[in-house]
Amino acid sequence: MSAFYALLFTVAFLVLIIGLTKKIIQYSRVPAPLKIPVTPAPLTKGGVAIRLAKETILFTALFRSNKWTWLFGWLFHVSLFVVLLNHLRFFIKDVPLPLVLLQNVGEYAAFTMFIGLAGLLIRRIFVARVKYISSPSDYLWLILLMVIGFSGIVMRFISHTDIVAVKEFSLGLLAFDWQALPTDFPLMVHLFLVAVLMILLPFSKLLHIPGLFFAPTRNQVDNPREERHIAPWAAELDAEKNKAQPK
Amino acid sequence: MADFETPKFREYPVVPQIKEGEMAGDGPFVSRAEFDTDLGYPGELPEDWKEKTLDKMGDLLGRYRSLQVFMDSCIKCGACTDKCHYFIGTNDPKNMPVSRQDLMRKVYRRYFTFAGKYFPKLVGAVDLTEDVLDEWYNYYHQCSECRRCSVFCPMGIDTAEVTMAAREILANVGKAQKYSNQIIQKVYKIGNNLGLPGPALEGILEDLEEEVEEDTGVPVKYNMDKEGCDALLMTPSADFFAEPHIDGLIGYGKVLHELGITWTVSSEASEAANFGLFIGSYDNIQRVSMRIREAAIKLKVKRIIFGECGHAWRVAYSFLNTLAGPFDFLDQNYPIPQHILEVTYGALQEGKLRMNKEENDHLTMTFHDSCNIARASRMGDYPGGQFDIPRAVIQAACNNFVDMDSDTIKDATFCCGGGGGLLTDDLMELRIKGALPRMEALKQVTEESGVTNIAAICAICKSQFTKTLPYYGFEMDAIMSVHQLVSEAIVMTGSEQEKDLDGTDEEEAES
Ligand code: HEM
Ligand code: SF4
Ligand code: SF4
Repeated sequence: MSAFYALLFTVAFLVLIIGLTKKIIQYSRVPAPLKIPVTPAPLTKGGVAIRLAKETILFTALFRSNKWTWLFGWLFHVSLFVVLLNHLRFFIKDVPLPLVLLQNVGEYAAFTMFIGLAGLLIRRIFVARVKYISSPSDYLWLILLMVIGFSGIVMRFISHTDIVAVKEFSLGLLAFDWQALPTDFPLMVHLFLVAVLMILLPFSKLLHIPGLFFAPTRNQVDNPREERHIAPWAAELDAEKNKAQPK
Repeated sequence: MADFETPKFREYPVVPQIKEGEMAGDGPFVSRAEFDTDLGYPGELPEDWKEKTLDKMGDLLGRYRSLQVFMDSCIKCGACTDKCHYFIGTNDPKNMPVSRQDLMRKVYRRYFTFAGKYFPKLVGAVDLTEDVLDEWYNYYHQCSECRRCSVFCPMGIDTAEVTMAAREILANVGKAQKYSNQIIQKVYKIGNNLGLPGPALEGILEDLEEEVEEDTGVPVKYNMDKEGCDALLMTPSADFFAEPHIDGLIGYGKVLHELGITWTVSSEASEAANFGLFIGSYDNIQRVSMRIREAAIKLKVKRIIFGECGHAWRVAYSFLNTLAGPFDFLDQNYPIPQHILEVTYGALQEGKLRMNKEENDHLTMTFHDSCNIARASRMGDYPGGQFDIPRAVIQAACNNFVDMDSDTIKDATFCCGGGGGLLTDDLMELRIKGALPRMEALKQVTEESGVTNIAAICAICKSQFTKTLPYYGFEMDAIMSVHQLVSEAIVMTGSEQEKDLDGTDEEEAES
């Protein structure tokens, strides 16, 4: 069992990293031939960095758009972020003080994450417009994350797991020195679904994570009158035309 | 009127119920081969349409980062679902921006992603069939490429980019739209969208000169093909004859005359509009743009100034330098290209224009931000100048100005309902229904603040308003050009208006 999980996580990690890297390379290779920032847009690169940071951290566009979706969506993501930070302690031998302190708040992030996800799921089921655009995978993602969160809560507050052993297992993974994993049911579920999530991420809508940063509508500087902006394929096209009809 | 019902004003803007299939149908007239071949399209459905469609899709995915990223990054959050004026006006769920994208995304997933190849049901992927293509044709011609949805999308997904790609793919398998392609062909053959030949244009401009001189006593010039002027004026051809467009053109002439800027239009490039944008064709946008460069060189001008037109300004501001540059032969002291409003606004700031606002005292104005100017370009030297400059010019020409509801202006503006290549009679139902949110906002300020008229800076908006206003119980001529207001208020040096004003002062002083 331990070996299966060790193998699973090694595979999941590789799929996640290779899959995401391939996608990021693809996104950066495809040219963006014309300036299409949604205006008003920043006039400098620094301004673009601020625009993207606000979208990433605060979900500004979503806030303007729909307060309920923003509330639940933002709650879920911030909680997820805190939860992920908290999990770092499984991968660092001597946990640094900030992480130790975070743990006190972090315990409750699992609950807020669950609430956020539940809100999003309810919206998806009961708002006709959102229901209309949902395919099965959209519900499954929310359910998957809720089960991960729930199994985490169970381990933390109801049927405790041997955390020290888990830490040995995860540290062992990093060192390619496989250790035994406790085999209680909530932990098995929790870890299995996390691995599933890691493996599916590069093939799914969770590609919104790199996608946000590659959206030309948000990451371009508004300076088309000052600078020309020619994609390689467009330059080739120009060259061909000039050859065809010399001026 | 027509065989559909004009939507009722809603009590208050509640989110619409969905009504599936409400706008199902065949879409606008399909183009004919004679228009297509000039533009580089086959003009009929080829036998291997399926491969051709997928090939073209793959090609575009490899050329446009926007398309590739947007196909992947939609999170189905639903934030955009109530933002499109066509959904609000028609209730058809396929007019929700995300569903519009999904028409293509479902095919993308099926043929270009792992999940869709092996688990199509799970992720909602579908096979490409002729029915799918027909549905694309119908619903990708119910999008005015206005970008309102992209403002509200947390991922910055711009449905207009998807629509343009879809239209380009459709055109490559013989399903181009007649209206747009016929117009582009006219631009290539005759020089403008309306097919106005040079001599007709010259006659119109001569009449204008006479009319303005009669009104003001000032010999304002409206030149065509005159070499060596300061500026080439690029304006939508509707400005040459349609109401209220032409009153705007009269206004540009007066302003430029007063500032001592000589200018000309070109008979070969007598059209600022660039429908290449609407059909999503880089090639055709470029070909249409090159006319401007060639005209500027031929007429030996130093500046290029654009008249009031929304998507033309997008192409001019955002793409012209890239597509037809570098413009190193023009005077670098002026923005290239420059918007007529930037010229007028700058002159007002410097106190170079005398305005008699009382001429417009019978009006209470509001302003309709055109989508392509609001969300796809800029005026002036800071972000958002495109909102402030037209308003400042209106307020310099008219004492009474009221903005519409803040959710319906500036970068949240609602499309007039006729943009993006949809300003055709065969789409009248869609155009009237899509105008609903704008008409509601207008209704509100007419009732609450006594607004009488609405000004716009886009030829398409102006034409669309003259059609939609009567359907919603407004006067057809409530729509005005911004430079029409300027034209009424401006007091040119040596004009009758100047004599009247200064004369009246003296008389008052005497009595
Ligand atoms: C840079 C980091 C991220 C940003 C800026 C971001 C942003 C967003 C936004 C704006 C939404 C739409 C609103 C909503 O429904 O919540 C969303 C949805 C979602 N995100 Fe993220 N996200 C990020 C990272 C992640 C990660 C790491 C995961 C999971 C492993 C994730 C999972 C999801 C899911 C499942 C949804 C869909 C919610 C639904 O079905 O309604 N996100 N994300
Ligand atoms: S671009 Fe405009 S018309 Fe098209 S889907 Fe978005 S909001 Fe609707
Ligand atoms: S707002 Fe953007 S991410 Fe959300 S459903 Fe619409 S297109 Fe998709």
